[in-house]
Amino acid sequence: MSSPEADRIHDIAIIGAGVVGCAVFREFVLAGRDCVLIERDADIISGASKANSAILHTGFDATPGTVEAACVRDGYRRYREIRERLNLPLLETGALVVAWNEEQRASLTGIVAQAHANGVSDVIEISAEAVRSREPGLGTGVYGGVWIPGEAVIDPWSAPLGYALQGVLNGGSLHRNTEIASGSLDRDIWALQTATGTTIRTHVVINCAGNYGDLVEAIARPSPFSITPRKGQFLVYDKPAYDLIHAIILPVPTSRTKGIVMTRTAYGNLLVGPTAEDQAERQIATVEDTTLEALAEAGRRMLPRLADVPITTAYAGLRPATEFKDYQIEALPARRWITIGGIRSTGLTGSLGIAKLALDLYVAHFGKLSPLDEPIWPRVPNLTEELPRPSAQPGRSEIICHCELVTRDEILSALDGPLAAGSIGGLRRRTRCMMGRCQGFYCSRRVLELAAAKIPGLLHA
Amino acid sequence: MRSVTIIGAGPAGLSAARVLVAAGLRDVLLLERNPEAGGLPRFCDHLGWGVLDLHRFWRGPRYARELVTRAAGAEIRTNTTVTAMAAGGSLHVSSPDGPAVIESRAVLIATGIRETPRGPRLVSGTRPWGVMTTGAFQEMAQARQIPFRSPVIIGTELVAFSAIMTARHAGISPVAMIEVNPRITARRPGDLIARHVFSVPVLTDTRLVTIKGVDRVEGIVVEQQGQRREITCDGIIFSGAFVPEAFLARASGLAIDPGSGGPVIDNFYRCSDPSYFAAGNILRPVEHSGMAAREGVLAAGAILQALGAGLPRPDAAIPVSIGGAMRYAYPQRLVLADDKPLGLFGRARIAHQGRLRVLCDDAVIASRPITILPERRLAITIAARDLVGRSAVSILLD
Repeated sequence: MSSPEADRIHDIAIIGAGVVGCAVFREFVLAGRDCVLIERDADIISGASKANSAILHTGFDATPGTVEAACVRDGYRRYREIRERLNLPLLETGALVVAWNEEQRASLTGIVAQAHANGVSDVIEISAEAVRSREPGLGTGVYGGVWIPGEAVIDPWSAPLGYALQGVLNGGSLHRNTEIASGSLDRDIWALQTATGTTIRTHVVINCAGNYGDLVEAIARPSPFSITPRKGQFLVYDKPAYDLIHAIILPVPTSRTKGIVMTRTAYGNLLVGPTAEDQAERQIATVEDTTLEALAEAGRRMLPRLADVPITTAYAGLRPATEFKDYQIEALPARRWITIGGIRSTGLTGSLGIAKLALDLYVAHFGKLSPLDEPIWPRVPNLTEELPRPSAQPGRSEIICHCELVTRDEILSALDGPLAAGSIGGLRRRTRCMMGRCQGFYCSRRVLELAAAKIPGLLHA
Repeated sequence: MRSVTIIGAGPAGLSAARVLVAAGLRDVLLLERNPEAGGLPRFCDHLGWGVLDLHRFWRGPRYARELVTRAAGAEIRTNTTVTAMAAGGSLHVSSPDGPAVIESRAVLIATGIRETPRGPRLVSGTRPWGVMTTGAFQEMAQARQIPFRSPVIIGTELVAFSAIMTARHAGISPVAMIEVNPRITARRPGDLIARHVFSVPVLTDTRLVTIKGVDRVEGIVVEQQGQRREITCDGIIFSGAFVPEAFLARASGLAIDPGSGGPVIDNFYRCSDPSYFAAGNILRPVEHSGMAAREGVLAAGAILQALGAGLPRPDAAIPVSIGGAMRYAYPQRLVLADDKPLGLFGRARIAHQGRLRVLCDDAVIASRPITILPERRLAITIAARDLVGRSAVSILLD
C-alpha cells in the first residue's frame, strides 16, 4: 500500500466513477482485489449518474432475456439486501403506468405480460377508477393503468457515495481529477497514461466510462459501439408537491424512452422529467427554457395542482445511449479488459447487478478472489426526510441551509474524510446545501466560508 | 403559554417586538433562524435605511443593529428554526437544545422575502458556478468573499442598484445590467446612477437567452431587437423578482394568496388561523424596509388588541377579490370594526392604462382613470360606511 504509485501494480483499474464504476469498485474491493477507481472529474458521480429520476426499477418493462433485464433484477434485489447496512434510503411508493388515451389503454395488457415474463409477477392491470382512487390528484382523461407495487424511490447520490466509500474504507484507491489519455498492454500489465503524464499500472482494466465509454474502449480495441448521449431535462417542484401523488406515475413507454415520469424524490420534492434528446456533446447538458415550459405544461396536465406549487429548480443529465438497446458488457481475455458500456437510464438500479456480473467475468477469465472476512460497512449520512436528520437532534450545530435544514457539521463532515467533496456540486449532492427553494439566497456566503478553503476555484483569485 | 412569539427578527419582527414590549408585555419571544438578529439589512452596506420608520439615513447594518437595540426587553433566540406551525399558535422549533414546541396566544409571522433564483426562472444554458441572487452576492461581498470580478446583473429593480453599489465597494465591476422591459424598473435616478456614477451600461429591451460556461460562468447570450450577441462575464447576478418566504405558512395550511404569494390576511393582519398574524415582506413581493417595519408596528397593535379587549370575529370578514390587470390586493379580507377608513394595497400584473374601479357588491364606490406600472404600489382607501351590509369587495383594473 505504501509503494509509490508508479511502481505499484493494481489488480484492477476501473475507469469512471459514476454509479456503475462505484458499484464495481466496491464489489472488487470486497472480493479482496487491489482496486483503483479513476475519475476524470473533480468528484465522483459527476457525469451521467448525477442526474436521473432516482427510481429503483423492478425491471418490469425490460426486454426479457437481455443483459439489462438480468442486471436490473439482480441489482434491485441486492440494493434491498445491503441498503440498511449502508444507511441508504428506500421509499416504497410503487409505480403506476397510466394510460391517457384508448390506444395506450389497449397496450396495458402487453405491459403486464412483459412484466410477468420478466419475473415481476405482482404487476396487475387496474381500471381507470382504481387509478383515480389511488391517485385522486391526477387530471382528467385517465383510461386505465398498470400497478407495479415493487417500484421504489431511492437517493441517486447517497447510493454511489456509499459504494465508493465502502471501497475506499476497505483499501481501494480513488484518483479524482485524473483523465486517462491512453494505455498500453505489455506482458499482461496495462500502463494507463493520465492526461497529466503519470502512469497507473494494473493487471486488468474495467471500462465504466459512461458517456466517454466508446473513447475509453478505443484504448483496448476499435469500439464496437458508439455513444450518442441522450439528454434528459427535469423539473424539481417544491416540497408541498410531494403529497400530490403517492406512486411513481409512468407513461406508457415508447421504444426509445420511458417517457416523462412524475415521482416523489427521497428529499421530499416532486420531479417531472426526463425528456429524451440525442446530442453529440458528451459533457455539457444544458437546460432550455421552451423545453422546461413544455415539461411544466405536461406536469400540470397530468397533475393540475402542480400549477400552485413553485418550481425549485431545473436540471439536465446525459445518459450514455448506444446504437444497441441492451447493455454492452463483455470480457476481452486477450486484452485483459472488461467492457461495461451503454448503461442508460437503468444504471442506478442495475449497478449492483452489473458489478456482480463483472465479478463473474473476472473469475471466469482473469483470476481468483479472496473476499474480505469482515469488511467495514460505512453508514452514509441520511439526506431524506423519511428518517431523522441531524437538524432535529439535540446538540445540533447551527443550520446553514435553511431550505433543506443542513447543519454546519454535515457540511464540514462532507468536506473532510476519505471521500471529501471535490467540487461544489459534490458538496451539494452530499449535503443538499443550496439545493432548496432559495437555491443559495440565504446560505451561499456561509457555505462558501466553510468550503472555499477546501474546494478550489469558488472564489476569484 | 406565552403572549406573543414572533418568527423572524428582521425589520417587521423587531419593530413589532419593540411595540409589544413598550406596551408592557414581558414575555415577547423572537425566533431567528440565523446566528444574529437584524434581517436582510445586515448585508446591505450602503446608505438609505431607516428613513421612513426611524427618521435616520443609515447604512443597512447600522439600521439592523438599531432595530435590535430598540427591541430590548424581548427575548431573541437566534439559531432557532421553526419547522412547523400547528393550529392555534403552537410552533415546532429546532434549536441546539433539540426539538421543542412553543405555545403562544398569538404568533406573528415576519419571515420576509427572498429573490427568485435562476432555477424557477427556467433560463436556458449550462449550470456553472458563479450564478447567484443579489442577496447571496451582497452577503459574500460584505464578507470579502469575491466569487467573480465582472458579472452581469439581470433585472433593474432597486435591489439591482444596491448590488452595483455593493459590487463597487468590493472592487467588482459589473459589465452590464440586463432589463427585458423597455425601461428600468427602479425609479430614477437609478439608471442615471448606474450609467454615470458607476459606468455600468443598462441594456433595456434585452432578453437573457443562454448562460455559457462549464465549471464557471464564461458569458451570456442576449437578444435585443431580434439581434443576438454574446457578453463575456464571469458571474451572473439574478436580482429582484422577489417572493415572500412563505413556505412554512403554505406547508402549515394557512390560506395563501396566489397573487401575492403571501398568506391571506384581514385588516388586523390576521391569517386564516386567527392565532397567526403576518407582517412585513411576507405579505407580498417586496416593499422597502420602512414599510415592512410600519406593518410590524400595526400588526403589534392588532395583537395587543387581540390579547386585550379582543378583535372583531374573523368569520364576519368581507372577501376582497381582484380582476382585470390586478395581480394582487391585500388585506384579502375586511372586517368592519369601527368607522375608520380601511386601507388596501395592490399591484398590477402589467403596465396598464385604463380605469380602476372599486365595487362593494354591485355598487361602484370608486372609479378613476389610471396609468400604472407593475412595480408601483397601488393604494386604495374604502370608507367604512361603504362596507356596511356588503358581502364582497372587488378591485378591478380594466
